[in-house]
Amino acid sequence: MQPAKAETGTISRLMRVFRGDKNRSELKEFTIKQHPGMVVLDAIHQIQADQAGDLACRWNCKAGKCGSCSAEINGRPRLMCMTRMGDFEPGETITVRPLKAFPVIKDLVTDVSWNYEINKKIKPFTPKPKNADGTWRMQQYEIDRVQEFRKCIECFLCQDVCHVLRDHDKKSEFGGPRFFVRAASLEMHPLDTADRVPMIKDSLGVGLCNITKCCTEVCPESITITDNAIIPLKERVVSRYFDPLAVLWHKITGLPKQPRGGE
Amino acid sequence: MSENTNEGVLTGALATDRKDAWWVGPLLTAMGLGAFGVYSTIRAFANADYEWGPYLSPFYSPLIRIPGLNVSPAFLILWAPAGFRATCYYYRKAYYRAFFQHPTACAVNEIHGHSYRGETSFPFIFQNIHRYFMYVAVLFIGILWYDAISAFFFPAADGTRHFGMGLGSLIMVVNVLLLGSYTFGCHSLRHVIGGKMDCFSCTSFGKVQHKTWLGVSWFNNRHMLFAWCSLFSVGLTDFYVWLCATGRINDFRFF
Ligand code: SF4
Ligand code: SF4
Ligand code: FES
Repeated sequence: MQPAKAETGTISRLMRVFRGDKNRSELKEFTIKQHPGMVVLDAIHQIQADQAGDLACRWNCKAGKCGSCSAEINGRPRLMCMTRMGDFEPGETITVRPLKAFPVIKDLVTDVSWNYEINKKIKPFTPKPKNADGTWRMQQYEIDRVQEFRKCIECFLCQDVCHVLRDHDKKSEFGGPRFFVRAASLEMHPLDTADRVPMIKDSLGVGLCNITKCCTEVCPESITITDNAIIPLKERVVSRYFDPLAVLWHKITGLPKQPRGGE
Repeated sequence: MSENTNEGVLTGALATDRKDAWWVGPLLTAMGLGAFGVYSTIRAFANADYEWGPYLSPFYSPLIRIPGLNVSPAFLILWAPAGFRATCYYYRKAYYRAFFQHPTACAVNEIHGHSYRGETSFPFIFQNIHRYFMYVAVLFIGILWYDAISAFFFPAADGTRHFGMGLGSLIMVVNVLLLGSYTFGCHSLRHVIGGKMDCFSCTSFGKVQHKTWLGVSWFNNRHMLFAWCSLFSVGLTDFYVWLCATGRINDFRFF
């Protein structure tokens, strides 16, 4: 694939699109008219309009912000609305499949409800009491870190590409990168008082992540998932459970007061 | 659609629709790490040609010679940098992909079944002690700075030392700079130095800690780059000392 280049004229393009459900499926070939500026989602819509009215796909904003149109395009988990057709070589066939890590409902639509169940396990934001003047105060410099995590659009591309879910199907033991991002956004918040470290270790299973960074590679919001969310959480788990000196220190002094100056 | 078949699903080891050369990355990683492993093992067993003039090979620093102990001094110290790199978050990624194929590349089917335990069981659960290797590695940076500075003081026949500069002196300085850039980008250091804090404005030294954390984060962003650069520089520094010590080349002296 090449970086975006100027596109001229309309060309015809061969597409292979997944049709079926979780039990029966095949790749169907469609030839489409590719106009300048088109994205993969447009091509799917063109197929719906002209050739296969019952082709199912999920989309909403067509602006890379709702996280609905996630699919696997030539093997790469990407947003269909943010993938330009002109970035592929003119003769290249484009293959579109649904997210592999989740059960297919129909065609390109998968059932991602497991993610919402995982989300419920995470203790929500629990701010400390307000100051005497009835406000909370925090500094921009200390909130920058969690603002990166707030960019998440819940496209679940990171969940899809993570081999722990994709290849090893550890959905009962592992929360996946998206929820480490969410846990980190709460856990590192300067006003938050809840303790999520045991949950991060046990129910989200952070130890199953082997920091191979595929999640970071696919994130359309360029969140540095592994280095900024997962590894810092792993380090917090180390302090609580694996570092003998830190464990001893907490035995003597008790866990740090909330909100924590750190452990 | 054919009855009860799932032809739309990619199955089988290493199956993928990716059209890029996804296997090049893991291949180069395996070759790079493999080559360094072989070279450093040979040099550690050699127990010779690790010093010349004021230069000391980083594989043998700090140099601990125990009288009567018939083992290469390299083995007395190499556990520290080896342990640091083996448990480093960057190298873990690199060898999990290149050697263990967990995964070989992103969105490429794995070659394994469902026995994966990540870093939750033996032996990988020991990755959690990385910060202890980090403490030792920071100490080693100090020692290697001492070596690098010593590399500017050339011994004379009468036993005195004279200030000078050879190519080796420069190589040793560049090496310790690269090793420092790698070590000070360590994820565990980033945690200890400030990443563990939630509220920097809540403690007296929070602002300073935040600044230090930003500094470590700068190196941390480039951790892979410095991991490779410093791996090469360590090997090359040793190689240069070996070339001088075996008389294959004469050290180039600037003054
Ligand atoms: S870094 Fe961890 S969470 Fe991200 S894809 Fe790899 S194993 Fe999954
Ligand atoms: S972290 Fe990135 S890849 Fe994962 S769900 Fe959020 S936006 Fe998508
Ligand atoms: S349609 Fe909203 S992200 Fe693609």
